[in-house]
Amino acid sequence: MAEMFRLPPSEKKLIVWHLVVGVVAISIGGSLGLFQILNHGGIDWYGLLSKIGIKNYYQGLTLHGVLNAIVWTTYFIMAFLTFNVVYGLKQPLKSTKVNWLGFWVMTLGVVLAAIPILLNQATVLYTFYPPMLAPWFFYLGLALLVVGSWIEGWGLAWTYFAWRKANPGQRSPFIAFASVLTFLLWQLATIGVAAEVLILLLPWSLGLTSGLDVELARTLFWWFGHPLVYFWLLPAYISWYGYLPRQAGGKLFSDTLARLAFWLFLLLSVPVGFHHQYLDPGVPPTWRYIHALLTLSVVVPSMMTLFTVVASLEYAGRKRGGKGLLGWIRALPWGDPSVAAQLLAGLIFVFGGIGGVINASYNVNMILHNTTWVSGHFHLTVGTAVTLTFIGIFYWWAPYLTGKPLPVKLARVQVWLYAIGMAIFSQAMHALGLLGAPRRTPLGNAPYIPPEWQGLLLRELIGGILLVTGGTLFIVIAAYFAFAKPKERVTVEPPVAEALQDPQLTPAWLDTWRPWVVGAVFLVLLAYTPVLLDLIQNMVLVTAPRIPLW
Amino acid sequence: MHIDVLEKRWIQISIALMAAFAVLIGVAAFAWGVQVPTLERRVDPARLKDDPIWSNPGVREVVPGKHYEVYMIAKVWQFEPREIQVPVGARVTFYVTSADVQHAFKIVGTSVSMQVLPGYVGKVSYTFQEPGEYSFICTEYCGIGHAAMYGIIKVTESK
Repeated sequence: MAEMFRLPPSEKKLIVWHLVVGVVAISIGGSLGLFQILNHGGIDWYGLLSKIGIKNYYQGLTLHGVLNAIVWTTYFIMAFLTFNVVYGLKQPLKSTKVNWLGFWVMTLGVVLAAIPILLNQATVLYTFYPPMLAPWFFYLGLALLVVGSWIEGWGLAWTYFAWRKANPGQRSPFIAFASVLTFLLWQLATIGVAAEVLILLLPWSLGLTSGLDVELARTLFWWFGHPLVYFWLLPAYISWYGYLPRQAGGKLFSDTLARLAFWLFLLLSVPVGFHHQYLDPGVPPTWRYIHALLTLSVVVPSMMTLFTVVASLEYAGRKRGGKGLLGWIRALPWGDPSVAAQLLAGLIFVFGGIGGVINASYNVNMILHNTTWVSGHFHLTVGTAVTLTFIGIFYWWAPYLTGKPLPVKLARVQVWLYAIGMAIFSQAMHALGLLGAPRRTPLGNAPYIPPEWQGLLLRELIGGILLVTGGTLFIVIAAYFAFAKPKERVTVEPPVAEALQDPQLTPAWLDTWRPWVVGAVFLVLLAYTPVLLDLIQNMVLVTAPRIPLW
Repeated sequence: MHIDVLEKRWIQISIALMAAFAVLIGVAAFAWGVQVPTLERRVDPARLKDDPIWSNPGVREVVPGKHYEVYMIAKVWQFEPREIQVPVGARVTFYVTSADVQHAFKIVGTSVSMQVLPGYVGKVSYTFQEPGEYSFICTEYCGIGHAAMYGIIKVTESK
């Protein structure tokens, strides 16, 4: 048994502040989703919203995307990675100053980007495709957000590699190892978007260049845009591998395969961006197909994860007295909201994963590209597999950090409402997409909607209302941890799972960084260099339209 | 390295399944022609009016009743032309480009769908098997009028 390690106060404060920003972001961003589903259901409340400055659907949607998918995720993830490195190594950060610097650079970036969005001057959605033009400080804000996260990640890597140097031959603890790997994936992925913002968009928005090539910009964006998904997902996997087995009363089934899966994610999750550009004329079809092959190969570590996580849960369920083929499922501690949230997140992710394979399937993608199927899909993945897992983590983490007990009954209701609402909402979105409903569109105002779609739009609204109610309960619970002063205090031990087999028996090549990192960089260069060179040699410089677009 | 027997089998099945998918979509694309849109050529979006083809977008009859070309410009917030007519059973090749920001072109109820980028002419072909009215819509956010950006294809009985 690991002895209890006390989180140093400065690290604790750093983590808490990340959570504060993240939860505030998703509270605002999530609430705006309500107005989107109402619009789809034929009820337009944007007149009401314009009184507080949200003037139209797209401005609200820009906030919904940026706050939920970028700010909430990045802040929660940086907090979780920090905790995993510090608690996993049982060592404070090498320098909390470096990590605080990262936090403030990130937060300055968020504020700079938020101002023009709130003023309806950067209603460009979270993909900010040129030649739509936002004010230059929007792009500067994005750049600072990314650079701030790098500084924090470097602080974590510094701490981790110092530990390795001081502990030669020791397998690094899984949660710390996997967290540094997740950051490295982020580092590799964000080079694309950093190049897009710093080389193309920022100089262009300052009037230093006359125009830019939109296909080149899209390609650099999606270099980042897909591994971004794995940056969201891997922390959820860290919880499923590294915590959930213990929470369920068992152990991690295979430390070896957990590490192998993470290495495969590092290798394969960046050189796949063209699967978001299957219908882009400027990328040669053969290269799109090569990225389809690489995307299908990333499914393998996800399938490994499915096996290892389910096997760990079955081990736990049987230890708790579960019998028969499926009896172990009922024997799991469903009453613990943290466990229930993660189990439901994982279950829903099975459907998200199947949808993902369909999206990745090159020509099959033509049917669903740019439709609400895609929005339905990522609400199952980042909206549920990731976010509901983060909520589950929050349910042991917040009591640990604050000493306040979790309002268990409320949290149980929250988890189920969120999951059921999401399932109904997302199913309707998928079905609408197959009929041809475009994504990111106020369908309530679209003149071409046939009457047959109304039933599904209503189903989307019903599911969405359950989902928003579940989301609101989460905000209530988070506010309780921030402001309530309950008499009862609790002491929580972070539920870090042990592996069935001593990690020391995991082969050394699975705890060695250089070959994997070199391989990952090599694959990215291989998958992108020819197309980038072609795009750069044949650039068509495009300028921003002179008329206001929103 | 210890790997559970069942887990090893599971990984093998996963790899085989993904390989099968890769082969199937590859054969469908490169042998049967179920193919994604391709690049026709690059154009300067500011000079579409000076271009003999793009100054007069619309339907061109290549082989009467058999093959038609459609030149389509997407711009804020309409397609040009907004209504076209082609006979059922004819091969229709769409050439689509943008005069300003990014758009997308999707014919509801068909597999026709592509990103429409300023500077690039995308090309995709389709044969309508059923007569009737099809709507084509913009599926990429392009500004405040995006939701109203659509047009109609009338597919008529062959003459």
